[in-house]
Amino acid sequence: MHWDIVFRNFDYFLIGAYPKGPLGGLAMTVILAVGGIFGAFWLGLGVGLMRISKKPSLRWPAMTFIEIIRGTPLLMVVFWFYFLAPVVFGHTLPEAESALIALIVFTSAYIAEIVRAGVEALPKGQMEAARGTGLSHFQAMTHIILPQALFNMIPSFVNQFVSLTKDTSLAFIIGVNELTKAATQVNNRTLTAPTEIFITIAVLYFIICYCLTEFSRYLERRINRYQARGR
Amino acid sequence: MAYQFDFGQVVSGEYGQWILSGLGVTLQISGVSIVLSLVLGTVIAVLRLSKVKPLVWFAASFTEFFRNTPLLVQIFFWYFGSYSVLPESVNQWLYARDFEFACGVIALTFYTAAFIAEEIRSGIFSIPKNQLEASRACGLSFLQAMAYVILPQAFRVIIPPLISQFLNLIKNSSLVMTIGVMDLTYMARQIEAHTFHGFEAFTVSTLIYLTISLIVSLGVNLYNRRVLHVRSR
Repeated sequence: MHWDIVFRNFDYFLIGAYPKGPLGGLAMTVILAVGGIFGAFWLGLGVGLMRISKKPSLRWPAMTFIEIIRGTPLLMVVFWFYFLAPVVFGHTLPEAESALIALIVFTSAYIAEIVRAGVEALPKGQMEAARGTGLSHFQAMTHIILPQALFNMIPSFVNQFVSLTKDTSLAFIIGVNELTKAATQVNNRTLTAPTEIFITIAVLYFIICYCLTEFSRYLERRINRYQARGR
Repeated sequence: MAYQFDFGQVVSGEYGQWILSGLGVTLQISGVSIVLSLVLGTVIAVLRLSKVKPLVWFAASFTEFFRNTPLLVQIFFWYFGSYSVLPESVNQWLYARDFEFACGVIALTFYTAAFIAEEIRSGIFSIPKNQLEASRACGLSFLQAMAYVILPQAFRVIIPPLISQFLNLIKNSSLVMTIGVMDLTYMARQIEAHTFHGFEAFTVSTLIYLTISLIVSLGVNLYNRRVLHVRSR
């Protein structure tokens, strides 16, 4: 076993060639994941609210978007944004931007479904009571429905964040300098320790994702207890 | 520079053949992995519910590890790194066959089995506990009670989430192109490289993936309505 190769390149796995070169490795993975979930939350919230709207002109586009994205592999979406940007914009997008946009668009369809499930799980009386006190539909949504629904959905959002963190590895395929790319680079350069390198990378991903999964379970228990007390 | 659309070139002739053979490989690798992951997932779920502590720990760490690492890294691990972990005879056997395909199947199977084990476990939890106690009291062993009483009932509830896992597997199988399995995504990428008609190639392959997904989700909705009497919204 050649664990020394892993130790010598460990800083490259974590931050890439950073102080002397571009940022990469695990740091880039985290940037993609955090930026992705932030964008996907707002886009997904918008699409989710359109999806539950009574107006067909809002509902149908949202439904079509969700069904298309959820029926397509993420890799296809990544390729769409990478290879088709030149056709649409006339120039290529940088890899990291194009991967980030693909991740945001892909994840937002899943967030939209979470938002829909969360809003639909609330008792109907909440909306009716809010409207009855004289709030408009928009006010009732932003002050009564969404604060409760979003609170209940926090564990699902965290789970989606775990999926997104794993999905950032696909950015490697179009050449973004993140953790998986760092691993293949070191592997191609050394050629003697593929097992050790990929086990190390898997463990790095695992630490992040497992901690988040446990956090989501903890939140779920807290929220269940909180709701049981309210009844 | 105006872009000239040319769907004809992509769906007919040599490139049409490429798309078809890619679809064949996608269906083949998905089919094999679906069967294997169902078997492995069921075994892991049963181990996790057994009373033997080491087996429970093994099953729990299996699911946690494979669920919380990216599939792409797992594919690379099996492709580049399995050589020094697997016994020599297994390596020889794999190299004698289609090594890329085998690695793809192993990675997809392990990854999906971890998710399937969780679905099956929650399905088994939905069966009241006294069912198991009653069947044990009738004189059935733990495995017999599982096989004849619990699992047949549980599978009825598990089928819809299970099928959506299979659908995820079909979509995830697009990742095996990175190790050179010539599946649908690989072929689309290949046509893009040969003709620069990426738009058409990716549209056609996206439509094929979409069609598969839509057919399967329609089937699940039908099953929910007919068998489970749940109205899908």
